[in-house]
Amino acid sequence: MASTRAVGLPGWIYVPAAAGAVFVLLPLLAIISRVSWGEFFDLITSESSLDALWLSLRTSTVSTLLCLVAGVPMAVVLARTTFPGQDLLRSLVLLPLVLPPVVGGIALLYTFGRRGLLGETFELLGLQIAFSTTAVVLAQTFVALPFLVVSLEGALRTAGDRYEVIAASLGASPTTVFRRVTLPLVMPGLVSGAVLSFARALGEFGATITFAGSLQGVTRTLPLEIYLQRETDADAAVALSLVLVVVAMAVIGFARRGRGVL
Amino acid sequence: MRRWYATAAAVALLAGLSGCGSDDSGAEAEETTVTVFAAASLAGAFEELGEEFEDDHEGVEVEFNFAGSSDLVSQIQGGAGADVFASADEANMEKLTAESLVGTPETFATNVLEIAVPPGNPAGVATLRDLTKPGLNLVICAPVVPCGAAAQRVAESAGIIFKPVSEEQSVTDVLNKVISAEADAGLVYVTDVKAAGDDVGGIEFPESADVVNVYPIGVVNDSENADLAAEFMQLVLGDDGQSVLAEFGFGKP
Repeated sequence: MASTRAVGLPGWIYVPAAAGAVFVLLPLLAIISRVSWGEFFDLITSESSLDALWLSLRTSTVSTLLCLVAGVPMAVVLARTTFPGQDLLRSLVLLPLVLPPVVGGIALLYTFGRRGLLGETFELLGLQIAFSTTAVVLAQTFVALPFLVVSLEGALRTAGDRYEVIAASLGASPTTVFRRVTLPLVMPGLVSGAVLSFARALGEFGATITFAGSLQGVTRTLPLEIYLQRETDADAAVALSLVLVVVAMAVIGFARRGRGVL
Repeated sequence: MRRWYATAAAVALLAGLSGCGSDDSGAEAEETTVTVFAAASLAGAFEELGEEFEDDHEGVEVEFNFAGSSDLVSQIQGGAGADVFASADEANMEKLTAESLVGTPETFATNVLEIAVPPGNPAGVATLRDLTKPGLNLVICAPVVPCGAAAQRVAESAGIIFKPVSEEQSVTDVLNKVISAEADAGLVYVTDVKAAGDDVGGIEFPESADVVNVYPIGVVNDSENADLAAEFMQLVLGDDGQSVLAEFGFGKP
């Protein structure tokens, strides 16, 4: 592809580009080089590892769905309307992107915890959020939602509202325009936003350990399991890290293929 | 716009990172530094002893690295420049003595478990057995970390089985869950309850005597200040050290 470009790149630009690529890839190679392959299969198929992997996949999927349900409307409202305070609201909604996840966890604790803002209401309903799988999903959704909103809002702005205006002028209702024009138009952005959200949810650690706790099969996701295994069994931690890398790569690969088709 | 925010944030972060640590280089070039790697639970007592040591030794600065014992072990194995290592358990110290990274260690303190409850003890916990009550949110350390292993041994010797809602990574994580009252009770060390002050209540239980945690201290073998390191170790083992440690709730070795 590069050879067909009409305008060549300055030669020097390959040097920092290559350095950046090495910087990202070398640690991945380092992980692979540390895996003790003889025990690899046993390490990743231990009961606690499988529980953690399965929990991570389940919670990340649910979180991604929640991100879609809330994030798509958020992105559309931010991209297609104007109202006072919009810029401020956008910045605030994107805050979890730059907040350390631990801070997110503390914020969630003071919201949904037993003594939190909403905690007593939940307590009255007989619901306990802390230490439950629900807490894991909340933590993941909190940190992953901005990824979906950012990429989808960007896609919406790039696409523009030309086709939507035409569809509306031809008599389509707002819902029909949204369903038949807007969504198909930004589908690639939506897919990549969802994939980013899933990946972020999969890697979530700080907010989860602060807010949800850590119990096998209930709240101990793969990143928490890796961190815990590191205490005693470095080999297991490395093996599980590789599993997480492979899952993340599979997700990204899936997303790229999805985008190519769409 | 958004991209600009992100770039600005990244630049600010990098600037912050590279900014710290570089200020004190070369200020007083001739100052000798003794670097002490100590288990996180020792922070309060060792800070105090560090000041005492600095007062007694002109031109010597004591620097601490407080973290989980196993983290400290991997750092020392990775060549971190430590002079003294004080571990919260014997197992972690043995990892270093086995590799001849630390000289002969000596025991300087002991610690036992205590039940920590939120202020006011909302769940009315009184005994170790109360921790097994259904519906009670019990938080302990995971069995692979020392405080969790101790909790498990206490349960075994008392003939009970804990059903915790969470098995945390560290004592601090357990304490935080208790302080925020998410947990009705947690099992931590006596010294942790003492350090937390009014944020948590402590409930002693007789079964704790069955599981006593032993703290060993040793001089790192490739220490550049081995003499000073040995002196610090003697301070900890001596009367002054022992009375400071007792103030923080540690038991005699």
